Amino acid sequence: MTKIMETTIEADPKLPIIRMTRDFAATPEQLFRAHTDPALFAQWIGPSAMDTRIEHWDARSGGSWRFVSVREGVEYAFRGCFHEVRPDRIVQTFTFEGDPDGVALETLWFEDLGDGRTRLRTQSLVDSFEGRDAWLASGMEIGVNEGYAKLDRMLADGAV
Amino acid sequence: MTADTLSRVFSALADPTRRSMVARLAEGDATVNQLAEPYRMTLQAVYKHLRVLEDAGLVSRPRGPQPRPVHLETKVFDVMDAWIERYRRRAEQRYRRLDAVLAAMNETDDKKDGAHHDQDHGDNHRG
Repeated sequence: MTKIMETTIEADPKLPIIRMTRDFAATPEQLFRAHTDPALFAQWIGPSAMDTRIEHWDARSGGSWRFVSVREGVEYAFRGCFHEVRPDRIVQTFTFEGDPDGVALETLWFEDLGDGRTRLRTQSLVDSFEGRDAWLASGMEIGVNEGYAKLDRMLADGAV
Repeated sequence: MTADTLSRVFSALADPTRRSMVARLAEGDATVNQLAEPYRMTLQAVYKHLRVLEDAGLVSRPRGPQPRPVHLETKVFDVMDAWIERYRRRAEQRYRRLDAVLAAMNETDDKKDGAHHDQDHGDNHRG
């Protein structure tokens, strides 16, 4: 199987979905833990310029989460529900509280490649093409205008 | 490309009718009448959409005594690619931080294995 060392991305032309794939030098159990243990999650969700503060974290099926990213004294809050949490996949919702109507449904799959390697596949479904394009576009604008609240949704958006 | 140009492109493409016009033009140039065919709207409304696409630099419509076909500026694809690539790079940076966290976990887990294998996933309750 080809190793995917760099993140690959695909924007589905027919559905408002973003898919990504990336391989990690870790077992599925470790990758799962890095996504469900709040202390570990806060270390990588980033970005490095931001401090992540986990406000609430209940990584179980039916549980929920909320974290706050602080950048230059401004706080950006994100929250969602853990719809399903199990060793091979996580299904959750993701919302930036500054845009509470925008809810993404995210699915993460941890696929054991053997030899201590795991493939992470993620899929993020938003409610419209407009929403997806704005989502992608805000990533583009980061370089143009930092400190723009909407972009921080991208900056702190981890589990997509 | 300035933020202003970008936001014009984004808002032009936010409309489903305009997106479908862009999709039609991706197949080849078309006259305004041909573009209007699939829609239940007046030519005037079609021209309105075209003007938005034109202002965003996504299509060009050479003026002249004779009607010329509307042409898609390939810039639209560059913009889309740029969005996606930028987003991908952000994700890659995030995943490199995750690589580092996983590497640290590997070390800790190895030490644990050396002493006592800990089946209790007590980590989940930390923090």
